Amino acid sequence: MTPDELFQDRIDRGIKIEPKDYMPEGYRKTLIRQISQHAHSEVVGQLPEGNWITRAPSLRRKAILLAKVQDEAGHGLYLYSAAETLGVSREQMIADLHSGKAKYSSIFNYPTLTWADIGAIGWLVDGAAIINQIALCRCSYGPYARAMVRICKEESFHQRQGYEILLTLCRGTKEQKAMAQDALNRWWWPSLMMFGPHDSESTHSEQSTKWKIKIVSNDALRQKFVDQTVPQGEYLGLTFPDPKLRWNAARGHYDFGEIDWDEFKNVIQGNGPCNRDRLRARIAAHEQGAWVREAALAYAKKHEKRAAA
Amino acid sequence: MNEWPLWEVFVRSQHGLAHQHAGSLHAPDAETALNNARDVYTRRNEGVSIWVVKSADITASSPSEKGPLFEPAASKPYRHPTFYEVPDEVKHL
Amino acid sequence: MSLPEYLLRLGDNALILSQRLAEWCGHGPVLEEDIALTNVALDLLGQARLWLGYAGELTGRDEDQLAFLRDAGEFRNVLLVEQPNRDFAHTMARQFFFDVWHGLLLEKLSASKDERIGGIAAKALKEVAYHKHRATDWILRLGDGTGESHARMQQAADDLWMYTGELFEMDALEGEMHQAGVGCDLAALHEPWLNEVSRIFREATLEVPKQSWMQRGGKRGIHSEHLGYILAEMQFLQRAYPGAKW
Repeated sequence: MTPDELFQDRIDRGIKIEPKDYMPEGYRKTLIRQISQHAHSEVVGQLPEGNWITRAPSLRRKAILLAKVQDEAGHGLYLYSAAETLGVSREQMIADLHSGKAKYSSIFNYPTLTWADIGAIGWLVDGAAIINQIALCRCSYGPYARAMVRICKEESFHQRQGYEILLTLCRGTKEQKAMAQDALNRWWWPSLMMFGPHDSESTHSEQSTKWKIKIVSNDALRQKFVDQTVPQGEYLGLTFPDPKLRWNAARGHYDFGEIDWDEFKNVIQGNGPCNRDRLRARIAAHEQGAWVREAALAYAKKHEKRAAA
Repeated sequence: MNEWPLWEVFVRSQHGLAHQHAGSLHAPDAETALNNARDVYTRRNEGVSIWVVKSADITASSPSEKGPLFEPAASKPYRHPTFYEVPDEVKHL
Repeated sequence: MSLPEYLLRLGDNALILSQRLAEWCGHGPVLEEDIALTNVALDLLGQARLWLGYAGELTGRDEDQLAFLRDAGEFRNVLLVEQPNRDFAHTMARQFFFDVWHGLLLEKLSASKDERIGGIAAKALKEVAYHKHRATDWILRLGDGTGESHARMQQAADDLWMYTGELFEMDALEGEMHQAGVGCDLAALHEPWLNEVSRIFREATLEVPKQSWMQRGGKRGIHSEHLGYILAEMQFLQRAYPGAKW
């Protein structure tokens, strides 16, 4: 067998690929793109929720949100580390994010306008992310799969805290319930977009599935998300902003309407409501932190020399 | 590129186990690496002891040597207790 | 009736500093530091809840009513903790000055005759020992790092020095708490604080600021302009929707 055939054989037999193992260049590149995009999503994802840490309506909520947004930073860090095992530096990945070359999840280009949005992000956005991430725990690349296991374990509270926020709002005043409904109206469709284009339109799908970098198809994951989320929303007493949404007993699934793919494409291309703000905030943090990073390095070098002398 | 070096983090959990690889992080020096490891990898009470080591200082076995390094051990089943036949009546063995 | 007031001083310090640190979340100089700063913010927020919870029990209000429904003049934190983050050097100078003092204070309070105070202080002391350790590391690295970091660190220390005097200010309330064995003699903390700060500054190649005129007033509710903005943001939802549960 050729090295590539041996490689595929290992994957077919469910043996994990580890950093120093042989891998085709395409596998390495696809993984770097996918993992770094995932890492960027965590880090940029800190921003829309971070918005509300200083405005959280109770000290309990403030502590929870702070811990959650901190977790996102941690998850970004685990994922950057996983990508680094493929021979790309974090510095390079960050540069690619800032130059617009690398993408991140389009969902974080939507604004968080009310406190209910924090609930909706936890419930819907984290809910969608978890479905995707649970599948990825079985992916073929060892460091990525292990990062996913750790992330899934930590994320389990994220979705629950979001749902709890909305439950409290829905049981609260009329204004609070309206706030929750408004958040669902705005976040539902972007959440469905998180699973990416239809399988028929998805460019990298076939090869990625063969390599077990992609485990379940976009449409199958999206369906799973809709099926599990709709009853949760009904329990809240909220209405989904989709007139075509209804249970299909024959299929054993919910039917739902078509995503506005024009909007999806535009947000990905940088025309979402917050793309520029998000990137600007990340670049500012990085640039304003440069002197801090340099100082720590300079100090380490000085003291290394002194210790050696 | 002036990136902080990469460190590998090993954490011993509270259950009296050996240190286990938890992940990696960037830090300018060992002291900061230890602090960062505490903040990044023990947020949920995961550890009672941490080791950090520069990734560049780790010497790893090469995958191409996997055959010669590890396969010979596979053909020595007599190193495992299940290799031996012991009658059920004999206890504590 | 002075005990609740005393607890507000302790709780408001932790709350306002936590609020300031939380502003860094998502904007830190490096991912690792983002996570670390948030840990400190979370510790302080936890401490604030314990102090305010206790104060609330004595006055029939809960932690949220105390945090979200008092106006600036009723806040009892020192001026130091409400100063803006500005840059990482200012944030760390503020943290270092506070942490060294906070550690000394909590050590005394962990022996308080009020067992509840003693218990909270003992728990907080462990957290603060780590905060101080980290802040010290940064003072050393920024002070003795590059020319730019040294200049920024020195500037931050100079800017914030005038807010350190209030930490050691004894007034009637502090005196009463000290006499009762509940609080401690803050003035007596000044020497060990200055010794520690001077020792670390020397090692960090920084000058201990010479400024001797000190700002005060926070502990009596006379704050800098900054606190009003902090509260406007922090209290917005509770104010906009009176009586709602969150």
